[in-house]
Amino acid sequence: MSDTSHLDIDYVAQLARLALGDAEKERIAKQLGDVLGYVRQLEAVNIEGVEPMAHAFDVVNVWQADEPRAGLSVDDALRNAPASRDHMFVVPKVVDDA
Amino acid sequence: MPHTMSEPLHFLAATDVSARLAAGTLTSEQITQAVIDRTRAVEDRVQAFTHRDEADALAQARASDARRSSGASLGPLDGVPVSLKDVLACAGQPLTCGSRMLANFVSPYDSTVVARLRAAGAVLWGRLNMDEFAMGSSTENSAMHPTANPWDLERIPGGSSGGSAAALAAGESILTIGSDTGGSVRQPAALCGVVGLKPTYGRVSRFGLVAYASSLDQVGPMGRSVDDVALLLGAVAGHDERDSTSVDRPVPDYAAAMRENVGPWRVGLPREYFGDGLNPEVRASVERAVAFYREQGCEIVDVSLPNTGYAVATYYIIATAEASSNLARYDGVRYGHRSAKANGAIDLYFQSRAEGFGEEVKRRIILGTYVLSSGYYDAYYLRAQKVRTLIRNDFMRAFERVDFLLTPTSPVPAFKKGERTADPLAMYLADIYTISANLAGLPGLSLPCGFTECGLPIGLQLLGKPFDEPRLLAAARRYEQAHDWHLRRPTL
Repeated sequence: MSDTSHLDIDYVAQLARLALGDAEKERIAKQLGDVLGYVRQLEAVNIEGVEPMAHAFDVVNVWQADEPRAGLSVDDALRNAPASRDHMFVVPKVVDDA
Repeated sequence: MPHTMSEPLHFLAATDVSARLAAGTLTSEQITQAVIDRTRAVEDRVQAFTHRDEADALAQARASDARRSSGASLGPLDGVPVSLKDVLACAGQPLTCGSRMLANFVSPYDSTVVARLRAAGAVLWGRLNMDEFAMGSSTENSAMHPTANPWDLERIPGGSSGGSAAALAAGESILTIGSDTGGSVRQPAALCGVVGLKPTYGRVSRFGLVAYASSLDQVGPMGRSVDDVALLLGAVAGHDERDSTSVDRPVPDYAAAMRENVGPWRVGLPREYFGDGLNPEVRASVERAVAFYREQGCEIVDVSLPNTGYAVATYYIIATAEASSNLARYDGVRYGHRSAKANGAIDLYFQSRAEGFGEEVKRRIILGTYVLSSGYYDAYYLRAQKVRTLIRNDFMRAFERVDFLLTPTSPVPAFKKGERTADPLAMYLADIYTISANLAGLPGLSLPCGFTECGLPIGLQLLGKPFDEPRLLAAARRYEQAHDWHLRRPTL
């Protein structure tokens, strides 16, 4: 962990689809540097042979009957849409005219 | 402790309200009007709510009174005002999560918790302020406004369920619902002098709870007494097929089960929770509580949870990793804030998220994305998941020797607004005693156990085995009945 804790904030912000201003970038990088320094204490833990724990309880493969059931109506689904038309979400154009 | 007859209606216990409603000496409309009036009188100073609809609450109250007078009461919660942290979906009401991202969002459906409260006849009264997307320990991260601690308006009420705790302490509601990912019910309960319970993971459905860190989040009941919390837990707990992490086990009658559980208990004191950084006044109050249990015939056992020191680091890796994934859904396409200045579809994501999220949320998304990114996953996320196993194993070993663990809830009483906002790491350490229970999925309860010299509440935390809520409630109730901390009220 020690040699890998360099945070490339531009790259990570790109992955996170998050536009950050320069000042914000600098501030967050500095603060997360402190946090990453703090979490490096986990390097000291002996984890050999330890199973990772994704979840507090072993509830796995929870199945439901494969039956159709009512969902949201179109109006309800579109109620919070930033823009909609003809029962559809409107988004900026994604295909060039050319 | 004897109940003071002069207690105003808005400070009544839920069990008391329930008994008076059943006896016909109080109507739901009267109690609802009382909390509305109280809220009008103090809310400009406390700012616990993000949204209130007085007419809607009164209409629900009148419907409850009509049910009761026709002999069709829905049970002990019928007609009792319950306020919701603004993170739970309630059809037709705003659901902001304290974020600009959801500032105009109106929920199209009910969360399971809300559906159960409706089925129990509760009067759903208002939406309560919180740190944005439940990320924070002070309710200063809300995009709406900060909430004040009713005991000292210059101080924070804790977080992220700060609105839920402050509303109770100020008499603005009778019961409230919070959510607890790293201590967000227990820490504000401690700092505001009320009772808060984080149930065992899987005990309460997360369907309709806006996700922060799914493997840690749990909805929790809050009240001004242990009995009230037991009443509310009974109404919302239980299996839900719409939440695949919901556990299919019968729900006990908590009020009865906690009366049957009479002790004496073996009480574990984890020595790692009593080290440096614990405020002396908090330590003294918690030690007096230990002495109380000893006097009650309990065996006090020194235990060690050796991986406790790693809990905060483990938590911030796992929680932010899950948050970065859960919050990917806010892209400005189907709901939530959409940037007006975006140039094309991809830029729509970048700009909408930049404008919609506050800085703490961005910080956690960046951290979570980083620890999951290629090359770092094993070093951070996978390692944290393994340390999580060790933390849980510590607890399971301790519970072979003791019935429950007793600790402070928060290392310090409520701090001043702005005191920690510039230093995220210092803020993260506010949850140092509560986080482990979320990592291990255990139930944890905070109740008042004293006040500092300058009049700030101090909280005592009890941590139990999975699904052992009845014993935690019983032990907390034993303490509460011998003390009057929970009956003290702030001057507002």
